[in-house]
Amino acid sequence: MRGASSKMAIWVLGLYGLYLAAPVYWLLRLALQSNQAILSGERDFTLANFAEIFSNPVWYQGFANSLTYVAINTVISVSVALPAAYAFSRYRFLGDRHLFFWLLSNRMAPPAVFLLPFFQLYSAVGLFDTPLAVALAHCLFTVPLSVWILEGFMSAVPRSLDEMARIDGHSLPYFFFRIFLPTIRGGIGVTVFFCFMFSWVELLLARTLTGSEAKPIVVVMTRTVSASGIDWGVLAAAGVLTILPGLAVVWFVRRHLVKGFALGRVS
Amino acid sequence: MNRPQNNRAWLGVLPVLLIVAFSAVIPLMTVVNYSVQDIFDVNTRLFVGFDWYRETLRDPRFLDALLRQLGFSALVLAIELPLGILVARAIPREGRWVGLILVLLAIPLLIPWNVVGTIWQLFARPDIGLFGQLVNGLGIEFNYTAEPLHAWVTLIMMDVWHWTSLVALLAFSGLTAIPAACYQAAVMDGAGSWQVFRHVELPRLTAVLVIAVLLRLMDSFMIYTEPFVLTGGGPGNSTTFLSQYLTSMAVGQFDLGPAAAFSVLYFLAVLLLCWLFYTSVIASDGERG
Repeated sequence: MRGASSKMAIWVLGLYGLYLAAPVYWLLRLALQSNQAILSGERDFTLANFAEIFSNPVWYQGFANSLTYVAINTVISVSVALPAAYAFSRYRFLGDRHLFFWLLSNRMAPPAVFLLPFFQLYSAVGLFDTPLAVALAHCLFTVPLSVWILEGFMSAVPRSLDEMARIDGHSLPYFFFRIFLPTIRGGIGVTVFFCFMFSWVELLLARTLTGSEAKPIVVVMTRTVSASGIDWGVLAAAGVLTILPGLAVVWFVRRHLVKGFALGRVS
Repeated sequence: MNRPQNNRAWLGVLPVLLIVAFSAVIPLMTVVNYSVQDIFDVNTRLFVGFDWYRETLRDPRFLDALLRQLGFSALVLAIELPLGILVARAIPREGRWVGLILVLLAIPLLIPWNVVGTIWQLFARPDIGLFGQLVNGLGIEFNYTAEPLHAWVTLIMMDVWHWTSLVALLAFSGLTAIPAACYQAAVMDGAGSWQVFRHVELPRLTAVLVIAVLLRLMDSFMIYTEPFVLTGGGPGNSTTFLSQYLTSMAVGQFDLGPAAAFSVLYFLAVLLLCWLFYTSVIASDGERG
């Protein structure tokens, strides 16, 4: 089946690649032009847009704030999901199936539904306008997803590994941290990737739970309208910069990507 | 595989439950609580039963947004699913290009959603956008901020650009798990590419495709950020979907009761859709044997 259809495969990939690349190419091009040149249709080349972002604290603070809550969220999600996923993959216990599906159903809740109560809840406990508030709010979808992915990866590890460690006289914590976690490190990488993916890209909750102090980059971007209109060049430059962390993360887990997208369930 | 019964495993689940209680259960209960009350201020509340629900279900703007939402989800699924499978089948199974292709495919998934909106805004604007200029160059007057049809076309193109990769990556991971022997048997029987797909690949892709449809169904149903940036819900209300209408109600007008009733109905609609899809897939699987 390869020979005859490989020509068509190259066409499909080529055309689709073009479709993916064209808007990104345009973003990059506008990012390297001054706003006057963009509006008048001339061509020039400037790094001024990037210089503006790196010299203006509103912009680089926004980046720092976003990376902070994404990091906190990832740490919380992975560390609470690890023991839970282990429990789901290794033991039967009262109500385990129901609990598992109920956890997943949280993934189906539209973030817009949570706007009102989140605002009031986080204000009440004094977390409003901190990165921690956004990190906890994003746990709404990253924690169920982490449990689901890790459970898949853990269930693919044969139980004989657990038993061998017990026979060798290792305690459960020793086994879990020194033997089991290194075995599923690919799965942990993929989980980090998904937590990052859903926390870094989110706008609605991040915007609702922050004011001026912890304002994330995505919110700064939606408010770039100044008195003279939108500065398209700076907006494009900020867009280019927000793609970079994602690129770094995906490069880091590229070997586990295929297995990760099947949530560990395909060997 | 038999797992031993051990109720102490609850201890492992406890941290997750605490986090989810804080980030989901308490807020959800608050919403349900609001949805049956008329709230004037913190101390003046009135129990109104299902009044807000009745009002929401009769609100023509809610029903319009719901219809638009269903149409949008159906359209993007109808495009993204076949296109994703097509792309996944075109990716070589091994070789040095695979890793690079997968990384490139994953890029749209990692761009913040508002930046996706910005990218397409910059790309499709008739004055400064490459796409807008091209279409105008063809003699079609393209302006997505004024023409509802053009706004829809741009939105659909954006969503396909953004999310087809997810379907493709899921389908590809399913394809790589099919043993080579299955292909050899089909080739010996003289099966063509379509027949290989229909009888060898599709049955083995069911599991990952169910995940793909579920994820796309719920996520497209919750879409907010991209249309908010690209069209702002306009022109008129032509691209105002449920999340946007709800947000304008909750944050813009601060109508706690109606917004809460809307929220509950919205969540139930997503659950219902996913459940309908899931049970129908399971049922048809059962019939096939």
